[in-house]
Amino acid sequence: MLGKLGVFEPVVHATGAAILDVYELTVGYNGTTALDRVTFHLNVGERVAVVGPNGAGKSTLFKVIAGVLEPTSGDVRVAGCSPRGHICIAYVPQRNDVDWMFPVTVEDVVMMGRFGRLGLFRRPGRQDRAVVRECLGIVGLAELAKRQISELSGGQQQRMFIARALAQESTLMLMDEPLTGLDMPAQERILALLDVLRMQGVTVMVATHDLNQAADYFDRVMLLNHRLLGIGTSAEVFTTAHLRDAYGGQLRLVETGDGLLALNDTCCGHG
Amino acid sequence: MAPLLEILVAPLRYPFMVRGIVAAILVGIVCALVGTYMVLRGMAFLGDALAHSILPGIAVGYIVSGGGRGPIFWWGLGTGILTALGIGALGKGAQVKEDTAIGIIFSGMFALGIALISTMRSYAVDLSHFLFGDVLGVSPSDLWLTAGLAVLVSVIVFVFYKEFLVLAFDSTLAETLRFPSGFLHYLLMVLIALTIVVALQTVGIALMVAMLTTPAATAYLLTKRMAPMMGIAALIGAVSGIVGLYLSYYVSVASGAAIVLVCTGIFLLALLFSPRRGIVRGWLQSRG
Repeated sequence: MLGKLGVFEPVVHATGAAILDVYELTVGYNGTTALDRVTFHLNVGERVAVVGPNGAGKSTLFKVIAGVLEPTSGDVRVAGCSPRGHICIAYVPQRNDVDWMFPVTVEDVVMMGRFGRLGLFRRPGRQDRAVVRECLGIVGLAELAKRQISELSGGQQQRMFIARALAQESTLMLMDEPLTGLDMPAQERILALLDVLRMQGVTVMVATHDLNQAADYFDRVMLLNHRLLGIGTSAEVFTTAHLRDAYGGQLRLVETGDGLLALNDTCCGHG
Repeated sequence: MAPLLEILVAPLRYPFMVRGIVAAILVGIVCALVGTYMVLRGMAFLGDALAHSILPGIAVGYIVSGGGRGPIFWWGLGTGILTALGIGALGKGAQVKEDTAIGIIFSGMFALGIALISTMRSYAVDLSHFLFGDVLGVSPSDLWLTAGLAVLVSVIVFVFYKEFLVLAFDSTLAETLRFPSGFLHYLLMVLIALTIVVALQTVGIALMVAMLTTPAATAYLLTKRMAPMMGIAALIGAVSGIVGLYLSYYVSVASGAAIVLVCTGIFLLALLFSPRRGIVRGWLQSRG
């Protein structure tokens, strides 16, 4: 057991492999099926929005990809290997799931991203602190490094977690509703950061409630409601039939001269 | 000699007072270190339950040895670790909610302990020592054992500092960094059990949860980072031990209760006057 506490040795990424292969993934909890035979592939550097109603299995999907939950059946491969072989998968939690009163500063949280590479007994060194400063600079939080985390605004909190994922040197980033509850300028700063991530070759999956944002800012969209209803361009996926399948009565659809208008995902809770 | 100095020095003429004060300081520090994690993870009830659950182990040790401290200690430790591991595994069963299950186990074990001790002749006096502590009865060998275990717990807390920090703040991150979360969880449970047994003679079972949570909760109000929280909590725990024992010497109140009352007093002061989270500050701010 103690051998596992040394420096974790991540697997070497197979070149040419898709960054993420999900095959016939099924996850059940106490008799209900959260995910039902989901199959898809992502390429390196791709940016995908995951859309679906509350309780559609978005968080479950992310947790299985991150190697936090075990699939009931089916297979998940990250760069050709089991998720548990990697320390480069970052999961950015929903803001509601975080204890903001916890006694840590912004730089403490970002430093946690480095811990996977340190191993037992080793404390963060000068290089780790330099990486943390750099990541805070990228997300524009260098000035707030010493603040306790409850002193940040919602958008700043989200950017702090992106900085942590950068410090983790993650190649696959799973963001669980990072835009929910943020005002437009804060949302735009985060969407701009997604471009920075793309330049660094980071593959990003973002769970979101906003269909228009999903269509406008992402390479592909994925429509999920336990089953995978579609993955592709927004024109291919956001069809009347698919959206009715996903949302039932939760979504107002209006046929216009130009095509289909989705008025809103009526819910915006957190789930 | 100046009267103030005389007040401070007089109790130290008794070796049992000196041993008691040293034990109280060690216990205050260890409880604060482990208690920091318990406060941050919301484990106060679990700590209270675990403390009560070791009574049957203590009772068996007491019966087989006829009252010897050593066997009582080791039996208590064994029971504490077994119960800690059992409670750690409890979360996985789904028949009843976890806190309900803890409540049932702890009260059942506690009743078993009382039943066992009540078969002994001098049970009232001895039971009260287990429940409320007997810090002035600490022998030199007890003190060595306390010191040894205090060092052991502190070293483990220090070595696993960053792992426990991540596990307490964001257990999903602990998983994605591939920390051995299960091992760390059980290790923390064992540390809590060790701490409880170390603190048993100082504050006793009934007041244990105060030593584990009050200094850490006080420090929580005063700082914004975890390492200083541990340091401040340890300082508060140690100072409460010293002040509590002086109080018990001069006012003639039970030593364990005096220590806990000092802790509680410091907590109330922090709650009112903390520059970060204090009630007075909030009140002044709301008035503009």
